[in-house]
Amino acid sequence: MPAPDHPRDISARLAALASPVRLVFFSQTFGCDTCFAARRVLDQLASLSEHLTVEEHNLVLDKDRVAEFGVDRAPAIAVAGAQDLGLRFYGVPSGHEIESLVEAIELAAHAAPGLTDESLAALAALDRAVHLQVFVTPT
Amino acid sequence: MTASVIEATEFPDLAARYRVTGVPKTVVDDRIEIMGAQAEAEFVLQALQATG
Repeated sequence: MPAPDHPRDISARLAALASPVRLVFFSQTFGCDTCFAARRVLDQLASLSEHLTVEEHNLVLDKDRVAEFGVDRAPAIAVAGAQDLGLRFYGVPSGHEIESLVEAIELAAHAAPGLTDESLAALAALDRAVHLQVFVTPT
Repeated sequence: MTASVIEATEFPDLAARYRVTGVPKTVVDDRIEIMGAQAEAEFVLQALQATG
């Protein structure tokens, strides 16, 4: 199972998704030692919810999809609900990152950021897009 | 606002480019670095500073 610590918790959360979320997965045939492992994690998660689907594209060949989702390496996972909120994961989700991925899936499903009113008010002042890159290691 | 989570050991070139010596490390718009897990308000503040 993807999350040995809280498998039932994750199962319940994913089963409770109210709207469709796509895990748009980008792999490449050569030079991606971890693509298979990443795909396996996604398939396991998708098995827990009828609203969660996995679609795989080739990073080198599927140029339209690569451009649409703005990914530049593999394995890459774009988490997209009715809208694409710009949530991406690079690498194999494991340990605590499974939790982060599940949170991203919930965000995408509900299209609500889950921030405080104060944060939302402050961020409303942003006049252009901001990109966050969060570096993590397997736990 | 968009966000990417990057597994540093799988992408050592990115970890080197952004000088990742510990995790979690968050880079805002290629210029502002936030070390560790911080309060939500700190991320909001840095996002605003990145555009300011």
